[in-house]
Amino acid sequence: MMNPTQHVPEPMLAALVAGTLPYPFAMVVATHVSLCDECRAHLEAHQIVGGLVLDDLEPIDLAPGARVRTVAALDSLPPTSPGRSGDADYPAPISNLVGSGGPRWRSLGFGARQAILWTAAAGSLRLLSIPAGRPVPEHSHGGLELTLVLAGAFTDETGAFHAGDVEVADETLDHTPRATDDGPCLCVAATDAPLHFRAMLPRLLQPLFRI
Amino acid sequence: MGWMEATVQGGISDQTRWMLAVRDAGDRNAFALLFGFYAPRVKAMAMRMGAPAAAAEDLAQDVMLRAWQSRAQFDPSRASASAWIYGIARNRRIDVARRAPATLPEQIAAEPGPGEAADAIALGQEVVRLRQALRMLPAAQREMVERAYLGGLTHQEISRQTSLPVGTVKSRIRLAIDRLRYELRELRT
Repeated sequence: MMNPTQHVPEPMLAALVAGTLPYPFAMVVATHVSLCDECRAHLEAHQIVGGLVLDDLEPIDLAPGARVRTVAALDSLPPTSPGRSGDADYPAPISNLVGSGGPRWRSLGFGARQAILWTAAAGSLRLLSIPAGRPVPEHSHGGLELTLVLAGAFTDETGAFHAGDVEVADETLDHTPRATDDGPCLCVAATDAPLHFRAMLPRLLQPLFRI
Repeated sequence: MGWMEATVQGGISDQTRWMLAVRDAGDRNAFALLFGFYAPRVKAMAMRMGAPAAAAEDLAQDVMLRAWQSRAQFDPSRASASAWIYGIARNRRIDVARRAPATLPEQIAAEPGPGEAADAIALGQEVVRLRQALRMLPAAQREMVERAYLGGLTHQEISRQTSLPVGTVKSRIRLAIDRLRYELRELRT
Protein backbone atom coordinates (compact mmCIF):
# COMPACT_ATOMS: atom_id res chain seq x y z
CA MET A 1 0.00 0.00 0.00
CA MET A 2 1.35 3.40 -0.96
CA ASN A 3 0.96 6.61 0.97
CA PRO A 4 0.39 9.28 -1.65
CA THR A 5 0.62 12.92 -0.58
CA GLN A 6 -0.50 14.57 -3.83
CA HIS A 7 -4.14 13.72 -4.42
CA VAL A 8 -6.80 13.94 -7.07
CA PRO A 9 -8.93 17.12 -6.99
CA GLU A 10 -12.21 16.56 -5.16
CA PRO A 11 -14.50 17.49 -8.12
CA MET A 12 -12.86 14.74 -10.18
CA LEU A 13 -13.74 12.15 -7.53
CA ALA A 14 -17.35 13.37 -7.57
CA ALA A 15 -17.39 13.28 -11.39
CA LEU A 16 -15.98 9.72 -11.39
CA VAL A 17 -18.79 8.70 -9.03
CA ALA A 18 -21.36 10.42 -11.26
CA GLY A 19 -19.89 8.81 -14.37
CA THR A 20 -19.11 12.11 -16.11
CA LEU A 21 -15.30 12.12 -16.03
CA PRO A 22 -13.77 11.73 -19.53
CA TYR A 23 -12.36 8.23 -20.00
CA PRO A 24 -8.59 8.91 -19.79
CA PHE A 25 -9.02 10.96 -16.59
CA ALA A 26 -11.41 8.39 -15.12
CA MET A 27 -8.73 5.72 -15.63
CA VAL A 28 -6.06 7.78 -13.84
CA VAL A 29 -8.38 8.79 -10.99
CA ALA A 30 -9.61 5.20 -10.47
CA THR A 31 -6.00 3.95 -10.48
CA HIS A 32 -5.02 6.57 -7.89
CA VAL A 33 -7.98 5.46 -5.74
CA SER A 34 -6.68 1.88 -5.97
CA LEU A 35 -3.45 3.14 -4.36
CA CYS A 36 -4.84 5.77 -1.97
CA ASP A 37 -7.19 4.95 0.93
CA GLU A 38 -7.79 8.64 1.60
CA CYS A 39 -9.26 9.24 -1.86
CA ARG A 40 -11.08 5.90 -1.75
CA ALA A 41 -12.89 7.06 1.40
CA HIS A 42 -13.74 10.30 -0.37
CA LEU A 43 -15.01 8.48 -3.44
CA GLU A 44 -17.20 6.17 -1.36
CA ALA A 45 -18.56 9.17 0.57
CA HIS A 46 -19.66 10.69 -2.74
CA GLN A 47 -21.28 7.38 -3.58
CA ILE A 48 -23.30 7.67 -0.35
CA VAL A 49 -24.60 11.05 -1.54
CA GLY A 50 -25.44 9.43 -4.89
CA GLY A 51 -27.45 6.85 -2.96
CA LEU A 52 -29.34 9.59 -1.11
CA VAL A 53 -30.20 11.26 -4.42
CA LEU A 54 -31.41 7.89 -5.76
CA ASP A 55 -33.60 7.39 -2.65
CA ASP A 56 -35.36 10.72 -3.22
CA LEU A 57 -36.15 10.23 -6.91
CA GLU A 58 -39.82 9.94 -7.81
CA PRO A 59 -40.16 6.18 -8.62
CA ILE A 60 -41.39 5.19 -12.10
CA ASP A 61 -43.18 1.84 -12.08
CA LEU A 62 -41.93 -1.03 -14.18
CA ALA A 63 -44.24 -3.15 -16.33
CA PRO A 64 -46.40 -5.62 -14.35
CA GLY A 65 -44.55 -8.89 -13.83
CA ALA A 66 -41.05 -7.36 -14.03
CA ARG A 67 -40.31 -8.25 -10.44
CA VAL A 68 -41.53 -11.85 -10.75
CA ARG A 69 -39.55 -12.36 -13.97
CA THR A 70 -36.39 -10.95 -12.40
CA VAL A 71 -36.67 -13.10 -9.26
CA ALA A 72 -37.24 -16.15 -11.50
CA ALA A 73 -34.06 -15.32 -13.43
CA LEU A 74 -31.86 -15.44 -10.30
CA ASP A 75 -31.28 -19.20 -10.58
CA SER A 76 -29.59 -18.95 -13.95
CA LEU A 77 -27.00 -16.40 -12.75
CA PRO A 78 -23.46 -17.46 -11.96
CA PRO A 79 -22.00 -15.47 -9.03
CA THR A 80 -19.30 -12.99 -10.01
CA SER A 81 -16.03 -12.39 -8.29
CA PRO A 82 -13.89 -9.27 -8.63
CA GLY A 83 -11.41 -11.18 -10.74
CA ARG A 84 -8.47 -9.58 -12.48
CA SER A 85 -7.59 -10.32 -16.07
CA GLY A 86 -4.94 -7.76 -16.98
CA ASP A 87 -1.22 -7.41 -16.31
CA ALA A 88 -0.70 -7.90 -12.55
CA ASP A 89 2.41 -5.69 -12.68
CA TYR A 90 0.07 -2.69 -12.98
CA PRO A 91 -2.61 -1.58 -10.52
CA ALA A 92 -6.29 -1.87 -11.46
CA PRO A 93 -7.93 -0.63 -13.56
CA ILE A 94 -4.91 0.29 -15.77
CA SER A 95 -3.92 -3.40 -15.70
CA ASN A 96 -6.94 -4.21 -17.87
CA LEU A 97 -5.91 -1.68 -20.50
CA VAL A 98 -2.31 -2.92 -20.49
CA GLY A 99 -3.62 -6.45 -21.05
CA SER A 100 -1.86 -9.73 -20.39
CA GLY A 101 0.77 -9.18 -23.10
CA GLY A 102 2.27 -6.11 -21.37
CA PRO A 103 2.55 -2.58 -22.78
CA ARG A 104 3.70 -1.94 -26.37
CA TRP A 105 6.60 0.42 -25.76
CA ARG A 106 7.95 2.83 -28.36
CA SER A 107 11.11 4.86 -27.98
CA LEU A 108 10.92 8.62 -27.53
CA GLY A 109 14.72 8.95 -27.72
CA PHE A 110 17.37 9.34 -24.97
CA GLY A 111 16.07 6.20 -23.29
CA ALA A 112 12.55 7.56 -22.70
CA ARG A 113 9.68 5.34 -23.81
CA GLN A 114 5.94 5.55 -24.06
CA ALA A 115 3.11 3.10 -24.64
CA ILE A 116 -0.24 4.47 -25.78
CA LEU A 117 -3.03 2.70 -23.90
CA TRP A 118 -6.00 4.56 -25.34
CA THR A 119 -6.47 7.41 -27.77
CA ALA A 120 -9.47 9.18 -29.28
CA ALA A 121 -10.58 12.67 -30.20
CA ALA A 122 -11.50 13.22 -26.55
CA GLY A 123 -7.91 12.70 -25.36
CA SER A 124 -5.34 10.03 -24.70
CA LEU A 125 -3.89 7.81 -22.03
CA ARG A 126 -0.30 6.64 -22.13
CA LEU A 127 2.42 5.07 -20.04
CA LEU A 128 5.68 6.99 -19.85
CA SER A 129 9.01 5.60 -18.75
CA ILE A 130 11.78 8.15 -18.13
CA PRO A 131 15.35 7.08 -17.28
CA ALA A 132 16.84 8.23 -13.96
CA GLY A 133 17.81 11.90 -14.02
CA ARG A 134 16.33 12.55 -17.48
CA PRO A 135 13.62 15.11 -18.31
CA VAL A 136 10.35 14.40 -20.04
CA PRO A 137 10.62 16.17 -23.43
CA GLU A 138 9.64 19.80 -22.78
CA HIS A 139 6.01 20.50 -23.53
CA SER A 140 3.07 22.76 -22.75
CA HIS A 141 -0.58 21.77 -22.65
CA GLY A 142 -3.49 22.50 -24.91
CA GLY A 143 -5.76 21.23 -22.18
CA LEU A 144 -5.68 19.37 -18.89
CA GLU A 145 -3.07 16.72 -18.09
CA LEU A 146 -3.23 14.29 -15.17
CA THR A 147 -0.04 12.35 -14.39
CA LEU A 148 0.07 9.50 -11.86
CA VAL A 149 3.42 8.09 -10.74
CA LEU A 150 3.41 4.28 -10.68
CA ALA A 151 7.08 3.76 -9.76
CA GLY A 152 10.08 5.96 -9.09
CA ALA A 153 9.59 9.72 -8.76
CA PHE A 154 9.80 12.96 -10.71
CA THR A 155 10.22 16.60 -9.80
CA ASP A 156 9.30 19.79 -11.64
CA GLU A 157 8.81 23.49 -10.93
CA THR A 158 5.78 22.70 -8.73
CA GLY A 159 7.24 20.01 -6.47
CA ALA A 160 8.13 16.33 -6.07
CA PHE A 161 5.88 13.42 -7.05
CA HIS A 162 6.37 9.90 -5.73
CA ALA A 163 4.63 6.58 -6.37
CA GLY A 164 0.86 7.06 -6.05
CA ASP A 165 1.03 10.87 -6.39
CA VAL A 166 -0.95 12.76 -9.03
CA GLU A 167 0.06 15.99 -10.76
CA VAL A 168 -2.66 18.14 -12.33
CA ALA A 169 -1.36 20.46 -15.06
CA ASP A 170 -3.32 22.80 -17.30
CA GLU A 171 -2.42 25.12 -20.16
CA THR A 172 -1.02 27.71 -17.77
CA LEU A 173 1.72 25.34 -16.53
CA ASP A 174 4.88 25.25 -18.63
CA HIS A 175 6.95 22.68 -16.78
CA THR A 176 9.85 20.29 -17.20
CA PRO A 177 9.27 17.13 -15.20
CA ARG A 178 12.50 15.23 -14.58
CA ALA A 179 12.92 11.71 -13.20
CA THR A 180 14.90 11.71 -9.95
CA ASP A 181 18.39 10.20 -9.88
CA ASP A 182 17.22 7.23 -7.77
CA GLY A 183 15.89 5.25 -10.73
CA PRO A 184 13.59 5.30 -13.75
CA CYS A 185 10.17 6.89 -13.34
CA LEU A 186 7.07 5.09 -14.63
CA CYS A 187 3.94 7.22 -15.01
CA VAL A 188 0.53 7.02 -16.56
CA ALA A 189 -0.62 10.30 -18.10
CA ALA A 190 -4.06 11.37 -19.32
CA THR A 191 -4.79 14.40 -21.49
CA ASP A 192 -7.93 15.81 -23.05
CA ALA A 193 -5.94 17.47 -25.86
CA PRO A 194 -2.80 16.64 -27.86
CA LEU A 195 0.49 17.70 -26.23
CA HIS A 196 2.53 20.49 -27.82
CA PHE A 197 6.28 20.24 -27.73
CA ARG A 198 8.25 23.45 -27.84
CA ALA A 199 11.46 22.20 -29.36
CA MET A 200 11.30 21.98 -33.15
CA LEU A 201 12.32 18.36 -33.58
CA PRO A 202 9.86 16.85 -31.10
CA ARG A 203 7.11 18.96 -32.68
CA LEU A 204 7.86 17.38 -36.06
CA LEU A 205 7.83 13.96 -34.45
CA GLN A 206 4.47 14.46 -32.76
CA PRO A 207 2.32 12.87 -35.48
CA LEU A 208 4.75 9.96 -35.61
CA PHE A 209 4.60 9.29 -31.87
CA ARG A 210 0.96 10.24 -31.54
CA ILE A 211 1.57 12.56 -28.61
CA MET B 1 -22.68 -6.83 18.12
CA GLY B 2 -25.09 -8.76 15.91
CA TRP B 3 -27.47 -7.47 13.26
CA MET B 4 -30.55 -7.71 15.49
CA GLU B 5 -29.16 -5.17 17.95
CA ALA B 6 -28.08 -3.05 15.04
CA THR B 7 -31.64 -2.84 13.79
CA VAL B 8 -33.01 -2.05 17.24
CA GLN B 9 -30.52 0.81 17.49
CA GLY B 10 -31.93 2.19 14.28
CA GLY B 11 -28.55 2.71 12.65
CA ILE B 12 -29.28 0.43 9.71
CA SER B 13 -31.88 1.22 7.05
CA ASP B 14 -34.46 -1.38 5.97
CA GLN B 15 -32.85 -1.53 2.53
CA THR B 16 -29.41 -2.24 3.96
CA ARG B 17 -30.90 -4.97 6.16
CA TRP B 18 -32.56 -6.55 3.10
CA MET B 19 -29.28 -6.37 1.22
CA LEU B 20 -27.52 -8.13 4.10
CA ALA B 21 -30.16 -10.87 4.07
CA VAL B 22 -29.47 -11.29 0.36
CA ARG B 23 -25.72 -11.35 0.90
CA ASP B 24 -25.62 -13.65 3.92
CA ALA B 25 -28.57 -15.99 3.25
CA GLY B 26 -29.46 -15.59 -0.43
CA ASP B 27 -32.87 -14.42 0.77
CA ARG B 28 -35.23 -14.10 -2.24
CA ASN B 29 -37.97 -12.35 -0.31
CA ALA B 30 -35.49 -9.70 0.75
CA PHE B 31 -34.39 -9.43 -2.89
CA ALA B 32 -38.02 -8.91 -3.97
CA LEU B 33 -38.32 -6.10 -1.40
CA LEU B 34 -35.12 -4.51 -2.72
CA PHE B 35 -36.47 -4.80 -6.26
CA GLY B 36 -39.72 -3.11 -5.23
CA PHE B 37 -37.83 -0.18 -3.76
CA TYR B 38 -34.90 0.28 -6.13
CA ALA B 39 -35.97 -0.88 -9.61
CA PRO B 40 -38.49 2.00 -10.07
CA ARG B 41 -35.88 4.47 -8.78
CA VAL B 42 -33.13 3.15 -11.05
CA LYS B 43 -35.60 3.38 -13.93
CA ALA B 44 -36.30 7.00 -12.97
CA MET B 45 -32.55 7.68 -12.73
CA ALA B 46 -31.92 6.24 -16.21
CA MET B 47 -34.78 8.26 -17.69
CA ARG B 48 -33.49 11.44 -16.04
CA MET B 49 -30.18 10.69 -17.78
CA GLY B 50 -31.96 10.53 -21.13
CA ALA B 51 -32.73 6.83 -21.62
CA PRO B 52 -36.07 5.94 -23.29
CA ALA B 53 -38.56 4.19 -20.99
CA ALA B 54 -37.99 0.69 -22.43
CA ALA B 55 -34.19 0.94 -22.14
CA ALA B 56 -34.48 2.38 -18.63
CA GLU B 57 -36.68 -0.54 -17.62
CA ASP B 58 -34.17 -3.07 -19.01
CA LEU B 59 -31.35 -1.29 -17.22
CA ALA B 60 -33.25 -1.32 -13.91
CA GLN B 61 -33.77 -5.09 -14.12
CA ASP B 62 -30.18 -5.66 -15.17
CA VAL B 63 -28.92 -3.57 -12.23
CA MET B 64 -30.98 -5.65 -9.79
CA LEU B 65 -29.66 -8.91 -11.27
CA ARG B 66 -26.11 -7.60 -10.88
CA ALA B 67 -26.82 -6.63 -7.28
CA TRP B 68 -27.76 -10.27 -6.65
CA GLN B 69 -24.77 -11.63 -8.57
CA SER B 70 -22.20 -9.55 -6.76
CA ARG B 71 -23.94 -9.66 -3.37
CA ALA B 72 -20.84 -11.11 -1.63
CA GLN B 73 -19.04 -7.81 -2.29
CA PHE B 74 -21.60 -5.65 -0.46
CA ASP B 75 -19.91 -3.99 2.54
CA PRO B 76 -22.32 -2.19 4.94
CA SER B 77 -19.41 -0.62 6.80
CA ARG B 78 -18.57 1.43 3.69
CA ALA B 79 -21.81 1.72 1.71
CA SER B 80 -25.54 1.95 2.33
CA ALA B 81 -27.62 -0.31 0.08
CA SER B 82 -28.62 2.84 -1.83
CA ALA B 83 -25.00 3.88 -2.41
CA TRP B 84 -24.20 0.38 -3.61
CA ILE B 85 -27.14 0.18 -6.02
CA TYR B 86 -26.35 3.71 -7.24
CA GLY B 87 -22.79 2.55 -8.02
CA ILE B 88 -23.98 -0.52 -9.94
CA ALA B 89 -26.46 1.61 -11.93
CA ARG B 90 -23.72 4.10 -12.82
CA ASN B 91 -21.39 1.29 -13.93
CA ARG B 92 -24.05 -0.39 -16.06
CA ARG B 93 -24.96 2.84 -17.78
CA ILE B 94 -21.30 3.43 -18.67
CA ASP B 95 -20.65 -0.19 -19.72
CA VAL B 96 -23.57 -0.05 -22.12
CA ALA B 97 -22.31 3.23 -23.61
CA ARG B 98 -18.67 2.35 -24.20
CA ARG B 99 -16.62 -0.70 -25.05
CA ALA B 100 -13.40 -0.16 -23.14
CA PRO B 101 -12.17 -1.63 -19.85
CA ALA B 102 -14.17 -0.26 -16.90
CA THR B 103 -12.79 2.58 -14.79
CA LEU B 104 -13.28 0.79 -11.47
CA PRO B 105 -10.75 0.95 -8.64
CA GLU B 106 -9.41 -2.31 -7.29
CA GLN B 107 -11.86 -3.71 -4.74
CA ILE B 108 -11.22 -4.18 -1.05
CA ALA B 109 -13.15 -7.26 0.03
CA ALA B 110 -15.90 -6.99 2.64
CA GLU B 111 -15.13 -8.78 5.94
CA PRO B 112 -18.34 -9.97 7.61
CA GLY B 113 -17.91 -10.08 11.38
CA PRO B 114 -18.31 -8.11 14.60
CA GLY B 115 -16.12 -5.23 13.38
CA GLU B 116 -18.28 -4.89 10.29
CA ALA B 117 -21.54 -4.64 12.28
CA ALA B 118 -20.21 -1.90 14.57
CA ASP B 119 -18.82 0.07 11.61
CA ALA B 120 -22.09 -0.37 9.70
CA ILE B 121 -24.14 1.10 12.56
CA ALA B 122 -21.81 4.07 12.83
CA LEU B 123 -22.00 4.62 9.07
CA GLY B 124 -25.79 4.30 9.12
CA GLN B 125 -26.02 7.10 11.68
CA GLU B 126 -23.79 9.34 9.58
CA VAL B 127 -25.94 8.64 6.52
CA VAL B 128 -29.05 9.73 8.42
CA ARG B 129 -27.31 13.00 9.33
CA LEU B 130 -26.17 13.54 5.77
CA ARG B 131 -29.70 12.97 4.50
CA GLN B 132 -30.98 15.64 6.89
CA ALA B 133 -28.26 18.06 5.77
CA LEU B 134 -29.14 17.41 2.13
CA ARG B 135 -32.84 18.00 2.71
CA MET B 136 -32.13 21.28 4.48
CA LEU B 137 -30.21 22.74 1.55
CA PRO B 138 -31.86 25.67 -0.29
CA ALA B 139 -33.87 24.38 -3.26
CA ALA B 140 -31.48 25.71 -5.93
CA GLN B 141 -28.44 24.17 -4.27
CA ARG B 142 -30.21 20.89 -3.74
CA GLU B 143 -31.10 20.79 -7.41
CA MET B 144 -27.43 21.24 -8.31
CA VAL B 145 -26.52 18.31 -6.07
CA GLU B 146 -29.13 16.19 -7.82
CA ARG B 147 -27.89 17.23 -11.25
CA ALA B 148 -24.28 16.50 -10.29
CA TYR B 149 -24.99 12.94 -9.09
CA LEU B 150 -27.35 12.18 -11.95
CA GLY B 151 -24.61 12.86 -14.46
CA GLY B 152 -25.76 16.35 -15.46
CA LEU B 153 -22.57 18.26 -14.60
CA THR B 154 -18.99 18.02 -15.89
CA HIS B 155 -16.12 17.96 -13.39
CA GLN B 156 -15.41 21.63 -14.24
CA GLU B 157 -19.02 22.49 -13.43
CA ILE B 158 -18.88 20.46 -10.21
CA SER B 159 -15.74 22.35 -9.17
CA ARG B 160 -17.68 25.62 -9.39
CA GLN B 161 -20.24 24.35 -6.86
CA THR B 162 -19.71 24.64 -3.14
CA SER B 163 -18.48 21.35 -1.81
CA LEU B 164 -20.84 18.88 -0.24
CA PRO B 165 -20.99 18.00 3.45
CA VAL B 166 -19.37 14.59 2.99
CA GLY B 167 -16.82 15.18 5.79
CA THR B 168 -18.09 13.00 8.63
CA VAL B 169 -19.30 10.21 6.35
CA LYS B 170 -15.87 10.21 4.77
CA SER B 171 -14.13 9.81 8.15
CA ARG B 172 -16.37 6.84 8.98
CA ILE B 173 -15.60 5.12 5.69
CA ARG B 174 -11.90 5.81 6.19
CA LEU B 175 -12.02 4.01 9.55
CA ALA B 176 -13.76 1.00 7.96
CA ILE B 177 -11.11 0.84 5.22
CA ASP B 178 -8.37 1.00 7.86
CA ARG B 179 -9.99 -1.92 9.68
CA LEU B 180 -10.09 -4.00 6.49
CA ARG B 181 -6.45 -3.18 5.71
CA TYR B 182 -5.50 -4.17 9.26
CA GLU B 183 -7.35 -7.49 9.04
CA LEU B 184 -5.75 -8.17 5.67
CA ARG B 185 -2.28 -7.69 7.20
CA GLU B 186 -3.19 -9.96 10.13
CA LEU B 187 -4.20 -12.69 7.67
CA ARG B 188 -0.88 -12.47 5.87
CA THR B 189 1.34 -12.62 8.96
